Amino acid sequence: MSGPFAGFWVTLKQMFPGHRVTTQYPEDKRVKPQRFHGRHVLNRYPDGMEKCIGCELCAGVCPARCIYVRGKENSADAPVSPGERFGFVYEINMLRCIFCGLCVEACPTEAITMTHLFEMSVTDRQDAIYTRSELLMNPDGSVPHPQPDSVLIDKGELLQADGWMRATSPSGRAAYEGIPAWTPTLGAGLRPAEQGQSVGRLAGSWVREDDTASGDREAVPSPQPPPIGMGGGADAGKGQRETGSGDPEGGARG
Amino acid sequence: MTHLLETLFGSVFWSAVIKVVLAFAFLMLTALVLVWYERRVVAFMQNRVGPNRAGPFGILQTLADGLKLLFKEGIRPRRVEVGMYLAAPIVAMIPAFLIFLVVPIGAPIHIGTATVTLQGADLNIALLFILAMSSVAVYAVVLAGWASGSKYPLLGGVRATAQMISYEAAMGIALVPVVIQASARLGGDVGIGTLSMTTLVHAQEGVIGHVSLPGVFHVLNPVFDVVTTWFPAWFFFPLIISFGVFFTAAIAETNRAPFDLVEAESEIVGGYHTEYSGFRFAMFFLAEYINMFNVSAIAVTLFFGGWLGPGADLPYVGWLVPIFWFLLKTYALLFVFVWIRATMPRLRYDQLMNLGWKRLIPISLGWLVVFTVAKAFATFGTPWS
Repeated sequence: MSGPFAGFWVTLKQMFPGHRVTTQYPEDKRVKPQRFHGRHVLNRYPDGMEKCIGCELCAGVCPARCIYVRGKENSADAPVSPGERFGFVYEINMLRCIFCGLCVEACPTEAITMTHLFEMSVTDRQDAIYTRSELLMNPDGSVPHPQPDSVLIDKGELLQADGWMRATSPSGRAAYEGIPAWTPTLGAGLRPAEQGQSVGRLAGSWVREDDTASGDREAVPSPQPPPIGMGGGADAGKGQRETGSGDPEGGARG
Repeated sequence: MTHLLETLFGSVFWSAVIKVVLAFAFLMLTALVLVWYERRVVAFMQNRVGPNRAGPFGILQTLADGLKLLFKEGIRPRRVEVGMYLAAPIVAMIPAFLIFLVVPIGAPIHIGTATVTLQGADLNIALLFILAMSSVAVYAVVLAGWASGSKYPLLGGVRATAQMISYEAAMGIALVPVVIQASARLGGDVGIGTLSMTTLVHAQEGVIGHVSLPGVFHVLNPVFDVVTTWFPAWFFFPLIISFGVFFTAAIAETNRAPFDLVEAESEIVGGYHTEYSGFRFAMFFLAEYINMFNVSAIAVTLFFGGWLGPGADLPYVGWLVPIFWFLLKTYALLFVFVWIRATMPRLRYDQLMNLGWKRLIPISLGWLVVFTVAKAFATFGTPWS
């Protein structure tokens, strides 16, 4: 059949089973990409210590200025974090947040990460400001969420860290791939590295000249995990002080 | 109970009241189901799901939408021509209901001594009445467009004038062969024509029967007889050209895609109902869907044997079977309406006019001449023999 009537078979064909593309959202959820940017969570080390050291780098880098952090000195006998200080006020205004993930990138201790949960609708603007008690991981490794459990909210998604946090070769250099440079997290342990990041792994794609032309991958300096994390309290604390003095507004409230 | 119904339907007044109320309820229900039906079918054709939340399979979605419209504020723009602006939605509704009243949705039911015809009135001029009412329906669109005091509705109204008037001509001419064929089937004698819908349905009873083929085609008669003794005597088979013209014109009359220039949303923002909101808009909406059902019901009655179908002599449920067949055929035809909407792009204005005046009207006129001459030859014999 041709002419103006050729289209009729096309539309009729779509009625047969197997052509539908709609996902019935609350009941069936689509698989999210590895690097999905959902709501934030403040992590703990496996021993229960908080990762946040109150350095306010996240607040400083936030383009939406939605993060408000205030650090406080750890007491010597009952420290909250391994660093000098800990974030004793931590607020994110989810109405202002653009979910860019720069806070995750800026964080020196992987304290703040993003999860796969995005169901955060509220009926009051005040409720959109997530406080420390809603962001911080519980001592048992679970993550609190202000909304009650429903068909919409899958708390399991709160335990899935976004892929950026698990990226090992951000420059696309294959030699760094699969080598974690982060610290273990309560509940999840040492998260595995994201797979398939280096450019050379992608078939037919662009490969950096210095990785291939020289012919010896051994020439690339072997990667060293950055000296941050469990033992990095002093460094991180110094960073916090520098930020605090350099930016008098220090984490201005959005 | 039977006695009460017998008494009620025995009186002209009460049977009319009951029928009108039932017809009203039926049409409102039909419009509700039809909107849902269309949305679901179009959704399936576009790889979507469609409304599926309110009620089983989302069938209550239209009811929810209707209630929402009912409670919405009816905004009346300042520059409207108040009287006509308020009257136009009502003018749209009335012909839609009146047309339905002459369409039989089932075989007559016998309750005791009373005979109940399943239509508002078995007019002996039903076909003319339908054409007249569909002409009145144009007024609603034109008046709404003009009275809105706004540019897009005016454009829609002007388009409606040209479109609906030009397609009505083709539609009317396409229906003449139906009457001729009915008179041939009914009496075999010239002059026993009818415009009554019930009689037209009765004329399609049985099978096509023996057709004596002219000239050299005579040798094919045995083969042809096998087909004609099996096919029902629906007017669709001998009058397929009439049906094609009628159906095309009917789509244009009801402002459905691909002839929806009157309310082209992407060009003139809904056309004549741009300035209407709340329940006044809902009335236009309802009228459109009721008209869609009406033209399908008319097409079924005239070309597909109306309520005719097997099983009407079953015990207890026999009186429901004709209604079932009627609704089945009508909804099958409505599926075609929706199918066309999901498939065809909107025509340009000049294409619309070309199709109406340069294609449909010549085709229906030519077919009328050919069919009439053929019937005359079959009745009186050819002049050369």
